[in-house]
Amino acid sequence: MEITSRKENNTMIVSVQGRIDAVTAPAYESGMKELLEKETLFILDFEKLEYISSAGLRVILATAKSLKAKSGKMVMANVTGTVREVFDISGFGAIFTMYDSIEAALAGME
Amino acid sequence: MKKLRVEAVLDALERVLAFTGEEAEAAGLDPGKCIKLALVLEEAFVNICSYAYPEGSGFAEIFCGTEDRCFVVEIHDEGEAFNVLSLPDPDTSLGIEEREIGGLGIHFIRQFTDKVAYGRENNRNILTMHFGIH
Repeated sequence: MEITSRKENNTMIVSVQGRIDAVTAPAYESGMKELLEKETLFILDFEKLEYISSAGLRVILATAKSLKAKSGKMVMANVTGTVREVFDISGFGAIFTMYDSIEAALAGME
Repeated sequence: MKKLRVEAVLDALERVLAFTGEEAEAAGLDPGKCIKLALVLEEAFVNICSYAYPEGSGFAEIFCGTEDRCFVVEIHDEGEAFNVLSLPDPDTSLGIEEREIGGLGIHFIRQFTDKVAYGRENNRNILTMHFGIH
């Protein structure tokens, strides 16, 4: 799993590549924690995310909760295929705002 | 049934998923179901890694086979008696603040299998999961 991030219009765009499972979830969480210390607006770009298990959903929920506690915002972009299916069946698809592209997500943040 | 025996540690997850994935493919399980199988197996195996052997290390054995147009996976451990199916499902309709962290694993196990059963035999926990082929 690899995380890359860039900032645009005051928003951190975090792209995740590979898998978020029981093995890689701790690395995702610590990477996000570091970003969460400084930033409040996030777009998670899952275009290159191949697989997510409940361990991955757990850490996403944990980071979303801590962000909410400091009035931040986290939305998602490019959640498709298997990953989308996992989100929908877990009810996470309804918890988070989903956009079809990063551009749409950025527009939605304003 | 084909068998894989591994130490119950997270490092073995990849081997477990590779073994069950290959067997499922050979049995003719469709790709969409194979993904669900991986999700379920991860939950079941990680549970064993986390809770079955609080006093130290132990093993897990995974058996794969087919039965009545189903791909069948059994996962065994010799840890403390524990029926994962006794856990309640999370409320998947709640929002970010109300939603509990956790509990999703059991939801996946119930949701993604066509049949699932727990048994305790010879000091072993045995979780048997059926995935329909076509």
